[in-house]
Amino acid sequence: MKALILVGGYGTRLRPLTLTVPKPLVEFCNKPILLHQVENLAKAGVDHVILAVSYMSEVLEREMRLQEQRLGIRISLSHEQEPLGTAGPLALARELLTDNDEPFFVLNSDVICDFPFEDMLKFHTHHGKEGSIVVTKVEEPSKYGVVVYEGETGRIHRFVEKPQVFVSNKINAGMYIFSPSMLNRIQLRPTSIEKEIFPIMAKEGHLYAMELQGFWMDIGQPKDFLTGMSMYLQSVRVQNPEKLCTGPGFLGNVLVDPTAVIGENCTIGPNVTLGAGVVLEDGVRIKRCTVLKGARIRSHSWLESCIVGWSSSVGQWVRMENVTVLGEDVIVNDELYLNGANVLPHKSISESVPEPRIIM
Amino acid sequence: MLKAVILIGGPQKGTRFRPLSFEVPKPLFPVAGVPMLQHHIEACAKVPGMKEIILIGFYQPNDALSRYLSSAQQEFKILVRYLQEFAPLGTGGGLYHFRDQILSGGPSAFFLMNADVCSEFPLLEMLRFHRDHGDVHCAVVLATTANRKQSLNYGCIVESQKTHEVLHFVEKPATFVSDIINCGIYLFTPEIFTHIGMVFQRNQEEKRKEDQLWSRQRAEVIHLEQDVFTSLAGQQQLYVYKTQGFWSQIKSAGSAIYASRLYLNQYLQTHPERLVSSQEGGCTVNGNVFIHPTALIDPTAVLGPNVSIGKGVCIGAGVRVRESIILHGASLQDHCCVLNSIVGWDSTIGKWARVEGTPSDPNPNDPFAKINSETLFRDGGLTPSITILGCNVNIPSEVIIRNSIVLPHKDLSRSFKNQIILCQEVPSCLFSRWNHATAPLSPTCTVCFITTTPCTFLAI
Repeated sequence: MKALILVGGYGTRLRPLTLTVPKPLVEFCNKPILLHQVENLAKAGVDHVILAVSYMSEVLEREMRLQEQRLGIRISLSHEQEPLGTAGPLALARELLTDNDEPFFVLNSDVICDFPFEDMLKFHTHHGKEGSIVVTKVEEPSKYGVVVYEGETGRIHRFVEKPQVFVSNKINAGMYIFSPSMLNRIQLRPTSIEKEIFPIMAKEGHLYAMELQGFWMDIGQPKDFLTGMSMYLQSVRVQNPEKLCTGPGFLGNVLVDPTAVIGENCTIGPNVTLGAGVVLEDGVRIKRCTVLKGARIRSHSWLESCIVGWSSSVGQWVRMENVTVLGEDVIVNDELYLNGANVLPHKSISESVPEPRIIM
Repeated sequence: MLKAVILIGGPQKGTRFRPLSFEVPKPLFPVAGVPMLQHHIEACAKVPGMKEIILIGFYQPNDALSRYLSSAQQEFKILVRYLQEFAPLGTGGGLYHFRDQILSGGPSAFFLMNADVCSEFPLLEMLRFHRDHGDVHCAVVLATTANRKQSLNYGCIVESQKTHEVLHFVEKPATFVSDIINCGIYLFTPEIFTHIGMVFQRNQEEKRKEDQLWSRQRAEVIHLEQDVFTSLAGQQQLYVYKTQGFWSQIKSAGSAIYASRLYLNQYLQTHPERLVSSQEGGCTVNGNVFIHPTALIDPTAVLGPNVSIGKGVCIGAGVRVRESIILHGASLQDHCCVLNSIVGWDSTIGKWARVEGTPSDPNPNDPFAKINSETLFRDGGLTPSITILGCNVNIPSEVIIRNSIVLPHKDLSRSFKNQIILCQEVPSCLFSRWNHATAPLSPTCTVCFITTTPCTFLAI
């Protein structure tokens, strides 16, 4: 089977992290975002993954070749030279997607959840129409595109984009499975799948909704990245609790790479991910944070809701909170206070940032 | 023989020093580890021929003051007395009222100082200057240089370059007069009382003419600067001695930290035994730090520069304190960080908490800049300043208290920034209901703090 992952472009919402690393390769809970999806696709029987990119990255190409070897599947890149919207990339990859009659998956690259690929295949085969969309329940549907469908069969009636009054609390989760004939609907030009393709398919009775069980998050921006991390770690606790760290000094769900070094009298968690080679010195208190590879948090510092970029160094007695994001190789001097600071790579911070702002 | 008179004010004065002045009279507040007044008394006791130090103020007799006076007498072997004014009489009224006591024993001259200044006290130099200039005039005023803009906040002196006579004196002018400012430290001969007496008589006459009902001020109130010096200037009676040594007013809590730094630095020469250095097995010390011998400090703590640690203070592992005053009995738990703050008596700061203020230091690039006495509010918000925790305040772990003033006996439960925390956090606080009847209830009341009269609700 095949899968198309809509990787897109520069990943601007996850800056400053994406200024040095292409978004699919940013580690989410110690594994590149893309790999969470690709590994699960491979497990579900997908043997060919196509990445639809609008910005070509050598780093991404190299990494994907490695993964091809490792997972024993084929990974191609489909590069759109001009922006094709959310449906156009499918047309661009038409040749790759239609060399057999099997249905193919399409995923939004920012989605994290308990991927239900086997269930999607069963559901799609069962109703036999052209398309299935995974939907998920959210608390504030008016921020998204809402899906109205029949509870029993899953047949979709219509979509409503950002509704002002309550219409439904199920939204498009960014995961689809289509039959190859569906590609006849899409031309090779900038096209929005939600606005132009889906409404027609729904009217013709060719679009069905499958409700997702379990957690779901779009981790395309730092605030949601951290929320998604907390949800994912909770799911790890349920399914593979041995992967998490426990013991004195650890609270709640904490994921630590085996090469990370932790000092004395630290209190870590809940909801913390420490990457490879990360060093926490004595007396560090850290909660709801991701610390990326090679970063160092010096003694007595206090971090909550932060992302610390690769190889960064946070000084002693530093306090960081409120979705502070440090890009790659950032140095934060001792005794500072960062509140919602967004710091671009290779920057040295020598003054406190008491109110949220971007540091260039 | 010589005497010294120190004006120590009273509870209605020094309101900018609240909430610290709720616990202890401002002149007894510790600056660089010892009460503010002690720096004055030590300087006076060093002058040969100094026989008596008289404190004048309008504090009611209280334990703290009496105890301090008797211990000062014992330590410095010099007579120290407190004379209480029957009402606030201004910078000259009390002096005049107690003139007989001051002149008893026939001193040839006496120093007058304000308690709320921080200075090198060049008293011997002032005496020498007085003798060199013929002894005949009645006053030497100690002065220092300010920058043009800040000079407007002080008494300004126009000096004769040749004779060092004060040609003109004006208190807090609206336009620039001179960058030479009055330090609030004087050397007087007994003749000064003749001149103050004339002002006193004049005031009495004017009061008799005024309608008693409408007189806002007691007849006995005399302001030395406005009433006496302005008329004495240019009469060859008033001379000015300029000092290069350090000098600062201590009006606000922020200036107490700045004054501490000046005195701690002076200790390098005058009292090196009061300073601590990094020792084997002891905590790390940067710069000038005072630690009371009864304080317990974990060896992994890092203190300084410019830190004073009071009696019985406990400092836990990995604590960082910089540019701050930690008052008696306070407890700082592991890994917390205290910067530019004053932590009140018996307060506690929880683990990993951050208590931080904004320094109000003078511009280091301007040698004549003085510390600003900022207003409490600016542009509708609290001016960022030193964070002050009143006595017995408890800060929970892991929160941040930034640019805030916490009144005594409060247990905080969350982070605060740029606020005065006065009453209970429950909006049903009586006082906030009364004053903010039409505004949304907020957990922090600010109104009663900015009035200068103690508010009965503060007893809650």
